[in-house]
Amino acid sequence: MLRLVADRLITTVPALVGVIVVCFLLTRVLPGDTAAYFAGPTATPQAIEQIRRELGLDRPLPEQFARYVADLARGDLGQSLTTGQPVAADLRARLPASAELTLFGLVLSLIVAIPLGITAAVRQGSMVDHACRIVATTGVSLPVFFTGLLLVTVFYFLLGWAPAPLGRLDTFASPPPELTGFYLVDSLAAGDLETFRAALAQIALPGITLAIFALAPIARITRAAMLAVLASDFIRTARAAGLSGRTVVITYAFRNAMLPVVTTLGMVFSFLLGANVLVEKVFAWPGVGSYAVEALIASDFAPVQGFVLAMAILYIALNLLIDLTYGVIDPRTASAA
Amino acid sequence: MTALPLLEVRDLTVEFATRRGTVQAVRRVDVAVARGETVGIVGESGSGKSVTSYAVMRILDRAGRIAGGSVTFSGVDLRAAGERQMRDLRGREVSMIFQNPRSALNPIRKVGHQIEDVLRRHAQAGSGDARARAVAALEQVRIARAAERYHAYPFALSGGMCQRVVIALALACRPQLLIADEPTTGLDVTTQKAIMDLVAELTRARGMATILITHDLGLAAAYCDRVVVMEQGRVVEAAAAETLFRAPAHAYTRRLVRATPRPGIGLRDLLPEPAPEAAPLPAGAGVVPGEPLLTVTGLAKDYAGGGTAPLLRRLLGRGRAGAAPAPVRAVDGISFAVRRGESVGLVGESGCGKSTTSTMVMRLLDPSAGSIVFRGEDIGAVPAARFARHPLRPRIQMVFQDPTDALNPRWTAARAIADPLLRFGTTRAVRPRCEELARRVGLPAALLDRFPHQLSGGQKARVGIARAIATNPDLLILDEPTAALDVSVQAVVLNLLADLKRDLGMSYLFVSHDLHVVRLLCDRVIVMRAGAIVEEGSAAEVLERPKAAYTRELIAAIPHPPAASPSPA
Amino acid sequence: MSAGPLLDPAPGPRPQSGLGATLAHARYVVSGNPVTALAFGLLLLLVLCAVLGPALAPYDPLASDTAAALNPPSLAHPFGTDQLGRDILSRVVAAARLDLAIAVFSVALVFAVGGLAGLAAGYFGGWTDRVVGRIADTIMAFPLFVLAMGIVAALGNTVTNIVLATAIINVPLYARLARAEAAVRRNAGFVLAARLTGNSEIRILLTGILPNILPLMMVQMSLTMGYAILNAAGLSFIGLGVRPPTPEWGIMVAEGAGFIVSGEWWIALFPGLALMIAVFCFNLIGDGLRDIVDPQRRT
Repeated sequence: MLRLVADRLITTVPALVGVIVVCFLLTRVLPGDTAAYFAGPTATPQAIEQIRRELGLDRPLPEQFARYVADLARGDLGQSLTTGQPVAADLRARLPASAELTLFGLVLSLIVAIPLGITAAVRQGSMVDHACRIVATTGVSLPVFFTGLLLVTVFYFLLGWAPAPLGRLDTFASPPPELTGFYLVDSLAAGDLETFRAALAQIALPGITLAIFALAPIARITRAAMLAVLASDFIRTARAAGLSGRTVVITYAFRNAMLPVVTTLGMVFSFLLGANVLVEKVFAWPGVGSYAVEALIASDFAPVQGFVLAMAILYIALNLLIDLTYGVIDPRTASAA
Repeated sequence: MTALPLLEVRDLTVEFATRRGTVQAVRRVDVAVARGETVGIVGESGSGKSVTSYAVMRILDRAGRIAGGSVTFSGVDLRAAGERQMRDLRGREVSMIFQNPRSALNPIRKVGHQIEDVLRRHAQAGSGDARARAVAALEQVRIARAAERYHAYPFALSGGMCQRVVIALALACRPQLLIADEPTTGLDVTTQKAIMDLVAELTRARGMATILITHDLGLAAAYCDRVVVMEQGRVVEAAAAETLFRAPAHAYTRRLVRATPRPGIGLRDLLPEPAPEAAPLPAGAGVVPGEPLLTVTGLAKDYAGGGTAPLLRRLLGRGRAGAAPAPVRAVDGISFAVRRGESVGLVGESGCGKSTTSTMVMRLLDPSAGSIVFRGEDIGAVPAARFARHPLRPRIQMVFQDPTDALNPRWTAARAIADPLLRFGTTRAVRPRCEELARRVGLPAALLDRFPHQLSGGQKARVGIARAIATNPDLLILDEPTAALDVSVQAVVLNLLADLKRDLGMSYLFVSHDLHVVRLLCDRVIVMRAGAIVEEGSAAEVLERPKAAYTRELIAAIPHPPAASPSPA
Repeated sequence: MSAGPLLDPAPGPRPQSGLGATLAHARYVVSGNPVTALAFGLLLLLVLCAVLGPALAPYDPLASDTAAALNPPSLAHPFGTDQLGRDILSRVVAAARLDLAIAVFSVALVFAVGGLAGLAAGYFGGWTDRVVGRIADTIMAFPLFVLAMGIVAALGNTVTNIVLATAIINVPLYARLARAEAAVRRNAGFVLAARLTGNSEIRILLTGILPNILPLMMVQMSLTMGYAILNAAGLSFIGLGVRPPTPEWGIMVAEGAGFIVSGEWWIALFPGLALMIAVFCFNLIGDGLRDIVDPQRRT
């Protein structure tokens, strides 16, 4: 198992290098004067010149790259002009909000999508199956920001069931003592049910928005994987040996169907991390996504670049986790490593 | 036949709902199996033999249903039985084993656990003794170190070993009837013999009845008491095995028996009795050897160490961790020659290096060492990547194993046949030449404008042969050219190949796993094993007086129907 | 289903040209699947809007009329008006051209670059495969929408860069698809046969492999059209790419978002619906095409 982890860790190195190179290039291909961009729209020529020197933009590219990597190693992603804080600190402070929202949405969609996909495959051609097809096609067609706005219109504006779409807690409530940074977890840990309920009410709509978005690919792949497995030779063997329907579906079919589902989770995470940006903007969620969007509007580029790099590194880590999970489920990969 | 059959299928009709409406895959079929009896159900592809067995087990897929007739097992009406009752019967009273043993097992569950699942399901073992019973079941199918293999996953076992596990699983609950659906198709002939002997021995020891479903008459002849012959969903003949092969009553059975290669016959004997006007062939061994056309010396091929690459390279780099394993030597310095007008068989089981050898001679793969001298030139020295432009390229051509795979799905038959003509410079009169080639291979000119999916397997094989001979090659490499064909089509294609060789004066290098087929077409035979040649000699000599122990083993393993002369009834 | 195999007769379908057979099959699929027919109808409508655009719109999509600002849907303005009094129906119709253009150009670009690179990688293997694979892996290491954000932010806020970013983030998908399909055919009998008959590698790639992969690529292109529209709209929504007052569905939703809380729901709803229907249409067509191309892989 340790071997497996070590092997997988090594395989992430090229991706990490690629990501850093691409991010470095993105900081250098800014059209016009990079220093002017970093200085912001109101900077004087002297300030721009100073920034140019500070950023080392007057040096040859390899040297700039070495400096970029050295800064990264120290966790230095530059300064945000809007907040006046180091980008790394800003991102760290806002990451829990984004992580809580993403995971909430993911768990919600898994709870719905996997049983839906399984039922659709086992009862092929039934109502559930048709429902699954509709969900799968509609889900991928819905612009995630539009779903969010629809939910706000219906549940906040028309029905008044949901609180105003303005952040993680309404302005009068105070956040729970920080433990994980996840309000739902921290409030429960502190035994503060009041705050838990308030946080849940706030996260419900953005969470559902993300869940609807992630539902489609997970339900689709679960159904397809189950259908493929149910049609395979070893299911025929299991049926011919008289194994019960439950054993066949759960122990034999589902565990095999999990392999493509787990693989797809990588893609789902990619979608979710992107959709997160849009959902955070719609719900004024104080996460890294809305931070990046605010910086974009202010033409403040260091936070945007820091955000892109941080998301890429997070995504690589998630994929590593997925690979390891896959290895646990599938004995073939374990022995191949 | 005993008075009361264990299984009685009467008037069974199975329908499939398809796009073109309902199709009857099985029509009014009667089969009866008595206790202790082994019944073969024999037929070519599409005859409905497998569907019949799925209907008995009631494991037809969603589109299929039993439309009529009755299935009675031990007095129980299986057609009327509830699903719960069927589940109790499956695995405990009636078991089944399948083709492709490797995919017949759950790939991510230990084989021992899979056997335990069945034992527990039928209350044949509790949590206390399940493992011991599963290990015992593995031991019964002669799996060495059963306690250790209990923990193995299917991917770690060979095909033959997987089939043993499937048998252990099927027989774990001591059922009364075993249905074996093409259990050895795709396995090497020696493995086939071991598996079939094991099944025969176990079922005999337990007094079980067996249904053996196969396309191979030889296999049925060797292991069955009675044989039922099916064609297009119908039973055309059912008789004791002995009778059926000595005096087949139905015309279809006669054709099938004749088309099955067996010792002591010639190519023409494979064809139906009113043989189409065919010129007599020169006797196999009697060919006057010409000068050497192809001389292979010290040919070797090493592959860089295999090892499975991590499955999930898709995202995070594709670097392969760990040291590269030692190189594998697929062909180990072999030498042989093919003379003009001669046909040489290259025989061996899977992994023996015969395909690697032919691919190197074909100049699609570069050898690691050795020379390939063709028409006096060492073409082995020309890199495979550059050989496409070599003047000798049109002189060596090939007929592929799978006739479907060998044709571009987007090209008509005429376009496929014309391809070599166009590439090698003939742009005039391409169509007449195509038609001439089609005539030569017995392909009606009307079919020339069809796409591969509109042609039958035999027709596709003819297109592939026409393309191969379009350039008048000196050497034709035949890579298991009939392995994917039904036996009656095989008979026709083999005869066609023999005629073409006589008419066009080509030499053949015939790669095959089947010694009987090779003997019919070849003058000389080379037997390979583990990358080396173990025996070489005239076809008759190798088959009748094999010198190497391995050759003897190989010949002994091939089942064949009794060498009878089926006389017209 | 071989019939009387010895006689080797001509079984199966009647001789029919490839195109005729495909059309017959397409008719069969569409007749059995009215939803696909509906999707093709919608597509026609979309294309009509995109081509005729301004001619169809009842008002000038850019003309503001402060007197008629924030009017709810009415007979005069079926979709209502926005904060500047512009007719939303006209803007929704006019936006079709830009959104479809972005999708068409980015899909064409990704097919040309990603598809062909994948084809070469799968067929030739070796270093071609390693280079293409490494590039695809690097792109895939980013969450795709986030990468698109980064690219547009770095290259500048233009429609061209949106097209470019959308194409880039789809490159791995096409490269992988084409690579896998080319790799399974690399050693197919018909490819070896083509090599034996003296075809050059490029020729085999273009006559043997590409035509056989094309149907699958068409399916993917239809699906990507929908994704490209979504992606472009998402970028506009956060202020990247298209700028006001240009009519574009994503930016219109963004403009309308602020008014939902105060009850003016129509400003965001109609462009949002248009966006949704367009994407839905391409997804349905993709699924329908998949049924035509590959009946076995219906999902």
